[in-house]
Parts: sequence; structure tokens; C-alpha cells
Amino acid sequence: MKLTNQELNILAILDENHRVSAKSIAMQLEMTEENVNKLIKKLEEEKVIVSYPTLIDWNKIEGKETIVAMIDVKVTPQRGVGFNEIAEQIYRYPEVRSLYLMSGTYDLSVTIEGKTMQEIALFVSNKLATIENVVSTTSHFMLKKYKHDGVIIEGEEDKDRRMVVSP
Amino acid sequence: MSIDYQQYLSTTAMRLEPSGIRKFFDLAASMDDVISLGVGEPDFITPWNIREFAIEALRSGQTAYTANAGLLELRQEISNYLNRRFQVEYQPENQIIVTVGASQSLDLAFRAILNPGDEVLIIEPAFVSYAAIVTMAGGVPIRVETNADNGFKVTPDQLEEVITSKTKAILLCSPNNPTGTSLNKDELTAIAAVVEKHDLLVVSDEIYAELTYDQEFTSFASIPSMYERTILVNGFSKGFAMTGWRLGFLAAPRELISVMVKIYQYTTMCAPTMLQMGAIEALRNSSEQVEKMRQSYWRRRNFTVQSLNRIGLECHTPGGAFYVFPSIKKSGLTSEEFAQGLLQEEKVAVVPGNAFGASGEGYIRCSYAASIEQIEIAMNRIGRYMESLVRTKNTVLEEVK
Repeated sequence: MKLTNQELNILAILDENHRVSAKSIAMQLEMTEENVNKLIKKLEEEKVIVSYPTLIDWNKIEGKETIVAMIDVKVTPQRGVGFNEIAEQIYRYPEVRSLYLMSGTYDLSVTIEGKTMQEIALFVSNKLATIENVVSTTSHFMLKKYKHDGVIIEGEEDKDRRMVVSP
Repeated sequence: MSIDYQQYLSTTAMRLEPSGIRKFFDLAASMDDVISLGVGEPDFITPWNIREFAIEALRSGQTAYTANAGLLELRQEISNYLNRRFQVEYQPENQIIVTVGASQSLDLAFRAILNPGDEVLIIEPAFVSYAAIVTMAGGVPIRVETNADNGFKVTPDQLEEVITSKTKAILLCSPNNPTGTSLNKDELTAIAAVVEKHDLLVVSDEIYAELTYDQEFTSFASIPSMYERTILVNGFSKGFAMTGWRLGFLAAPRELISVMVKIYQYTTMCAPTMLQMGAIEALRNSSEQVEKMRQSYWRRRNFTVQSLNRIGLECHTPGGAFYVFPSIKKSGLTSEEFAQGLLQEEKVAVVPGNAFGASGEGYIRCSYAASIEQIEIAMNRIGRYMESLVRTKNTVLEEVK
């Protein structure tokens, strides 16, 4: 799909902050608000804009702490459908936050989020490992998030160290 | 016994006026939670690859002096860069000096060419240091005032009016600080004709060359027959977000550079070695990031200009740098009164236009090197401030009636 410069510029702005208003985008790109809304709608319909996630650091909120595990899964691909069918079986579980087909020593990378390690362990042993054609699983628990989706979670660099007025 | 220090001080230094920016800085710095549109530097941190290169240089022990004119490897990169980006050719061996910031480049240039009493034309509103740098080098700054009606562009006629037998050079800055005005090729060519006619030199401050928006940047040295008459000043501060590194450079005809190197070796020796290594990386591998920053400034410029015009602060659309220079004449206040009131009442810092020369009176400099969110808040506050001024004015008028 080939996008126009205006569309690419809109995406760049939304990529930085999806809460920015259409009016602000219009002013930044010297466009009309109506045109911005029209293009955003088009990009949404074409699934170029897939969703507008909010990055929340739940571990900061008492009682809302979560544990994230990344699980390497080896599977036997099935004739005719390859990995797709088994992938679908896995991503349908609400516990699964993301799922990628990988090259290398394992096939699928599954990210699971749970309240306790126990909860994740149960999901892996009772649901994931029992799926037919899953050969093996290796779980890695995430200890700390430094950067997620291009956003530094808590960085010193965010501070503006400039003087209030300078030449 | 108390000593009268006045008797020891240099009369030239004593005569220098304190920078209008410094005065305002002291006031702004004493306040908390200020949204600042008063900064003349990028809000981006130097790209990581550049920082890493400098750290590695330090780690590997590159702590000795370099050649006075800078690492030859860096000068070669500067030569490639000037050729690639602006189509001007300079020999790294004898036509380029790496300096400690573009301000030092200006200082070297004027020290090299001025004799006492030589006049230098400065197009105002202008960067606060220009007149002082010329004065310190023994020259006489001659101010040429531009105005908003003409987009703050100087015309050949204006130059002709002030040129005398003592005029040695013109100091050009395009895109300009504080107005953001960018001169196109035709406008530069028209200036070049005057330069040639009167046998002058041009010190061309091209520090904002990477930050132009609506047209390609034209280096003054690329204008026909101007190469021989141009001292090109540039640096890493603005385009590469490297203000604190204090790295600039000069490119000029060999005969001029050799004199500047002589002055440089007696005053500075060379620019810091490990930082020069970082600059090599900046020129080699940062064009994508420079472009990304430029795009971001372009969007913020559009937003800021439109916001100010909606508020009723008339503002021309500048072609470069990261400043806008709106008129505040409607408020009935001087630019200092306006900026002080805005700071005290709404906690937004801008720089009064008169800090950049008399022709800046009636204007303020707003830098849009801030996040869109910050700019948006600042614009709302400026709008509120304007409304309060109008209300006060109306009340006073009512009372008079």
C-alpha cells in the first residue's frame, strides 16, 4: 500500500501520541480538520491504524501488579495450514497478550500476563502445553520493563535540562 | 584601601551592552513551573549514536590535542557534508577549521578581517552576540533594520544606503535567529550583486541550514562569484541537537583560513578531541535523525504560527530555524512589558524582541523547540493573557468616558 505524505505525517503524529486532537493535527500539517478526520477514518478502515493502545505501567498501582512471561513454544506444523491453525488456537485465549511466529530455535513466541506466577504456570501446563502438536515450552518471566513499544518507561532523558531562556 | 577596578578594565569590554536575553533569563530563572518558549536550542537530546561515539573515544584514550584546525578526519567529513548538502567545495587541509561553537567561528572570522574602525553591516533583528563580537574585534557594527512587512528580509537598497568606504563585511544569518526568516536564492543573489559592487566580504552564519522548511537551503558561498568572498560559519548545535558540545566550523578561502588558524592556535589550541570524534559520527550516520527532527520542527512551526494568528498576534510564517516572531503591538505594551507580564501572570517565558535590536521592539521571540503539548498549553495561556489585556484596556477606556 502506498500512502501519501499527508497520511504518513498523520501516522507519525499518532504514533507519538494517539490522544492528539484532529484540530491539532490539522494545524501541524496545514490541513483542514475535516480532511484529517477523513484520512484517519480511511487508515482505520484499511487496518493501517489497527488500534490505539495506552501504555500503562500497572506495576505502579497497588493491587494491580502483573507478571509477564514470554514463552517459547516449539510446535509441529500441520499439513495444509502450517502454523496458522495452532497459532489461532493459542491467540484465542484471553491470557495471551501477543503471539509471534519466529525463526530460529523455537516457532512461536507467546506473551502471557497474569496476577501471579502460579496463574501463568497453570496456563502453560494446563492450556498451552496440552494443545496437540505443541512439542515443548520454555517460560521466561519478565523482571523489569525498561522500554516498551519504543517508549522508555522511566528514563532520565525525559527531563528537560535546558535553561528557561537561552540565546 | 578600596581599589577602583574601573581603571583596570578595558574600555571596549566596558562599553559592551549586557545581553537583553541575560536580563530576562535572570527573571525567568527565579520562577518555578514556567513553560518556556524562550530557549534557543533543540529540545531533542543529541542522537545516541553520536553520544556513544564520543564516549568510546574517551574510553579508548583519545584525550590528546588535535591539529589546531581539528582532526583531519573530521575536516574531511565536513568537506564531504558541505559538498553533499550545499554543493560547495572546500579542501579539508587548508579551508576548514573546527571551532568551539559557531560563536567562536564568528569571533575568529572578525578578528581575522577587521581593523579598528572597519564597519560590519548587521541585519536586525539579529542574534544577541553579533554586534558585541564585531565590537570586540575592533570593528563598528552598523545596524540595518528590517521589518515585518517585508518578512524581515533585507533589501539591496537598504544595504546600499549604509555602505561607506569603511564597510568591510556584511554579516548574514539565514535562517535567522530570532525571526526565522530564510532568504531564497534570488534574494541572496541580489545581495551578492551589492557585495561584489562594493568589494565586500560576507560572513554567512548558516547554523540553521538544516532547519529550513518550505524551500531548499542555499549556502551563500554557492552563489556565483561569492565563494571567494564568503566566510561560511556553521556548526553542530542546532541541526544535530548538540548545543552543549560547543562544536562549530568555518570554511573560507585558504588565505583567510590561514590567518584564522593563527589566531586560533594562540587562543584555543583546538576543539575537544573526544567531541570531535562524536561530530564525525554525526556527519556520517545521522542524516535520518536530523531529518526526523526537522519534520518535527516543521509541524510545530505550523501549529505555533496558526495558534498565534488565531489569538490575534500577527505572525509571519518563517522559513527556517525554530523561532517565530509575532507582533505584540496590538497589546499596546512594549515587548519587555509584554514578556514580563506574560511570565508573571501566565508563567510563559518568551524573549522580548528588543533584545535583538531596536527593530525587534513590538515583537516577541517564541521558540517552538518544545513539545506540541507544551506549545498548546503555552498558546492557551498567551490567548488568556491577551484577553486580560483587552479587558483591562476596555475598563480603562470606560473609566475615562
